[in-house]
Amino acid sequence: MSGDQNNSVPLRVDGVVKRFGAVTAVGGVSFEIQPGACFGLLGPNGAGKSTLIRSIVGRVRPDAGNVRIFGHPVNSAAARADLGWVPQELAVYPLLTCRENLEAFGKYQGLHGKTLDGAIAWCLEWAALEDRAGSPVKTLSGGMKRRVNMAAGLIHRPRLVLLDEPTVGVDPQSRNRIFEMVEALRSDGTTIIYTTHYMEEAERLCDWIAIIDHGQIIAQGTKETLVAQSFGSRSSVTMHFGATRVDLAAWAAARGGTAEDSVVLCSVEKPAEIADLLEAASREGLEVLDVTLQRPNLESVFLALTGKELRA
Amino acid sequence: MIGAILQTSFRALRRDRGAFVMSFILPIGFFTIFGFVFGSMRGSSTPRVTVLVVDEDHSDTSRALVRGLLREPSLDAMTHARATKENSSPADYTAATAEAAVRSGDAPAALIIPAGFGANPIAFGPGGQRATFQILHDSADPVAAQVVAGMLQKTVMTSLPATMATMGSQYFDREIGGLTPEQRKQMELGLARLRQQQQQDAPASAGGQQGQAAVSSADDQSGMVAVHVRDVVGEKKKSPMISYYAAGVGVMFLMFTASAAGGSLLDESESGALDRVLSARVTMTTLLAGKLIYCALLAFAQLTLMFLWAALVFHLDFFSHIPGFMVMTAITSFAVASFGMLLASVARTRGQLGAFSTLIILTMSALGGSMFPKFIMSDTMIKVGYFTFNSWAIEGYQKIFWRDEPIRSLGPEAAVLVTAGVVLFLLARWFARKWEYS
Repeated sequence: MSGDQNNSVPLRVDGVVKRFGAVTAVGGVSFEIQPGACFGLLGPNGAGKSTLIRSIVGRVRPDAGNVRIFGHPVNSAAARADLGWVPQELAVYPLLTCRENLEAFGKYQGLHGKTLDGAIAWCLEWAALEDRAGSPVKTLSGGMKRRVNMAAGLIHRPRLVLLDEPTVGVDPQSRNRIFEMVEALRSDGTTIIYTTHYMEEAERLCDWIAIIDHGQIIAQGTKETLVAQSFGSRSSVTMHFGATRVDLAAWAAARGGTAEDSVVLCSVEKPAEIADLLEAASREGLEVLDVTLQRPNLESVFLALTGKELRA
Repeated sequence: MIGAILQTSFRALRRDRGAFVMSFILPIGFFTIFGFVFGSMRGSSTPRVTVLVVDEDHSDTSRALVRGLLREPSLDAMTHARATKENSSPADYTAATAEAAVRSGDAPAALIIPAGFGANPIAFGPGGQRATFQILHDSADPVAAQVVAGMLQKTVMTSLPATMATMGSQYFDREIGGLTPEQRKQMELGLARLRQQQQQDAPASAGGQQGQAAVSSADDQSGMVAVHVRDVVGEKKKSPMISYYAAGVGVMFLMFTASAAGGSLLDESESGALDRVLSARVTMTTLLAGKLIYCALLAFAQLTLMFLWAALVFHLDFFSHIPGFMVMTAITSFAVASFGMLLASVARTRGQLGAFSTLIILTMSALGGSMFPKFIMSDTMIKVGYFTFNSWAIEGYQKIFWRDEPIRSLGPEAAVLVTAGVVLFLLARWFARKWEYS
């Protein structure tokens, strides 16, 4: 691949391995992100997600492999200028005002003078914090602190932004505000890496999703692709029955499903097949209390692939 | 219920190493230091007063007195400077060289045995013909002159038995009317023995009769020998210890400030701000250098305020010594700021930093003279104190404010503090690698 082609790829992770003693946190991860994409990185706790993120931002030195940002090695001046990192923690100075924080992080990124003033003004507007620009961060609400935290990572207008769980601990209204900020970035053509423990965020914001577990990317693709890879086109049906002497486990097994207590889980190719299930139940004299049809989603994919709930 | 509370509290204490250190090791460490400083005052390692002895009489009597002073356990008497590689046999002190030595801080006092002492050594009671001794004194050490004067009276009594007897006999002849020939013959025989003993340097009795009360004023004519005390350093200054404690207390709190300011690195590490800063275009060396300069400026401002306050409230002559003050404050601030950086980079948590910095700073301050003056410390303790910033900083400020020495005299202090600052900063940088990469 030529240098020009390399420079057009916002992020290329190639065979990254990181070990801590006997523990392999990241075991040979490779992927790349296309320009303008919003790349969701999902994984249960302890999957190696944080180590991978810290490798991308240059805070962890991989034992093998490399990370390139727009073709430049991590920690090069060019890579640092192109990458904006919004850490999960509120990594700002609590005693400084919003404006002072943005000024500090802008200077750390090498901005000065009118460029810095313009960047601060853009960040305050983007984060809807203009009216709180002079307030010390510690006096702000949780949602506002999150927005300052995000703005500080984008003060130098990077082309690639890594948002590490930006909505942790914020109320639904603030979360929506943050979604709007992320969508505004996307519409500007910024490439985004987004990690979250909230599946609905990934479904709403990300057009490409990678699932990491045990230090490996175990699946990646669009939401639809991932669902199709895991479940095909079938939907799950949950049936609740009243008290009965019929062997529900055998009844469910005969229809490719499972039973636990008075609940049977099956799958159907088409919704119309539910009528067949209801008729079969009626023939056996089973009392159907409730029937639910559910299309598989990312949560189902995550559960199926990792065996864990995302927020567990 | 109370048992559960106790159990929880003790478990928490056991796992909080900082608090554990503060609770047990710090008091014991401090007690030990105070024990060394004050506990030794009655023993053989009693802090001795250094006194330079100048014999202007050169008589047998004055030589016997010098020998007695050299044997006196409470004095570190010297008739000449210590031999060095460059000068293996230094000349005896004269009044002028002894005064210069006191002025430069080599000794807190010098004793001048006047010409004519041998002819009229002592007198009983006030009045009477006798030579007047001079004590040249650095009043920064308020006890030295009194100790020297007292020990002089004692040494005269214990080291000059023949002189005492002879003068007693003369007093007897003059006041009572003299002895019979038989009595005089007996007394001469006794005096001959005493003269022989005086010439043979009979050891002085350390536990013998104490001399008369030491001088309490500049002139004391009430003892067997007359003493005149003259302050040759700080004679026009109002309070000898103000600059000492402005420096001593200032440096101690400077170290606390530097430690706390350096601790912002730990705060930023815990909040994640440090990671974010280092992921920008800031290197660890740049970050540490920035923090060092901040700490040093803060320390500079603190010391300046401290000395201005001393000038305002205690009439310290600050404005006549500004160049020297600037030099000393700059190098002291740099060294202390580096020290703060090192503490912060070694500690893993704020709790650890608080415990270790308290332990180290209070220990250094106690040994270095920030808590009690050096003249009450033994020689060993003073030497140990040279491993502290406090000692060097105090010495430098004393040179400027007390002895009115020129800036060039600050060479040793500048060399030590600047070197220490550089070394500590390099060490801090080395320890700070833990924050660079995982």
